[in-house]
Amino acid sequence: MTRFKTAAPETLRIVPLDALTLIYHRASGITHIVDSPVPEILAALAPEPLAASDLMARLSERFDLVDADPLALAARLDELVATGLVERLCAI
Amino acid sequence: MRHLTRLRIGPVGFRVGSDWRGPIAALDDLYRDYPQPEGGIPDFNVHLFAARPWRRVLRPSVQIGGDFVIPDAAPLPLAQGLLAAEMGMNLQMALGQRRYLLLHASAVERDGKALLMTGMSGAGKSTLAALLMARGWRLMGDEFALLDPATGLLHGFPRLISLKNEAIAVLERALPGGRFGPMLEGTPKGTIRHLVPDARAIAAMTEPAVPRLILFPNYGFAAAERAVPPSETFVRLTQASTNYVALAERGFDALTRLVRTVPAQALDYPDTATALAQVERLWEAA
Repeated sequence: MTRFKTAAPETLRIVPLDALTLIYHRASGITHIVDSPVPEILAALAPEPLAASDLMARLSERFDLVDADPLALAARLDELVATGLVERLCAI
Repeated sequence: MRHLTRLRIGPVGFRVGSDWRGPIAALDDLYRDYPQPEGGIPDFNVHLFAARPWRRVLRPSVQIGGDFVIPDAAPLPLAQGLLAAEMGMNLQMALGQRRYLLLHASAVERDGKALLMTGMSGAGKSTLAALLMARGWRLMGDEFALLDPATGLLHGFPRLISLKNEAIAVLERALPGGRFGPMLEGTPKGTIRHLVPDARAIAAMTEPAVPRLILFPNYGFAAAERAVPPSETFVRLTQASTNYVALAERGFDALTRLVRTVPAQALDYPDTATALAQVERLWEAA
């Protein structure tokens, strides 16, 4: 099963400001300005790799998700993989 | 280059060479009280040259070159040679500055604290900075402010103040004893007249200041003020910086530190008298 993991912590500088959070990605040199739920996803995927369904369950536990939509979460994960902030780990 | 001058503005030394005497004579006159580059060694070179040999004499037009260049930059007529020299120095800063995070902003200082003003062309950052200078603030610069990533301090760059169109008469009235450059008509930005920063601005030009307030002025609207959150300030200032990307993590650190510690306000104003009152009030409240 495909699992996801946040990029290595030493490659990220995460600075929460107000409603938005700044992320400096050392590997690419790009600054990202992100809104919820991106910081929450990165925090959830930092300790260990998770499958998308497990991530959804983990986020639902921690936050009151009113519109828990697996398709929306999959889209966010694809975007984060494209930026390099999250890695996709494929099962062999 | 046939004609040559050297000068230092804030911490940055320039060497300006020209095919014509005019632009160098104008710089030597208007920058006469400025120091030389530190140790005599400039940080940047600016070249003002004729793109074709006959353009030196026949409808002479000034091509701007130097260590850093923009390809296909349009030349200026020799009558605007001073403007070409100023643009050449600005270009080196915008493209080549690596030591400081460069913010396209004006800055003034009072009691060791700096007020930073940034906005689109025409927002009034030069005009307000010059008027605040006329009211006793120390002018740090009307175009670029330099944020030191190592210290978080703001360094000035008090080049000649570039006044455009209506702002020229406003400052001629506010500073009847001020030293002004020639009236440059028909430039790409309309009529331009340079104002020499006052003696205090020049004498203290290497003294940094602690940033205290960031303003985003906007001319032509009813007076209004709005607190700008740090994330919006961050986005606006990255847009106002030409070297944010080049500075990489140093730039990120410098800017996040600035927006987390310094309050920011958007300031709409209908006229300069109103704006000055708004600035003084916001400064006291900051």
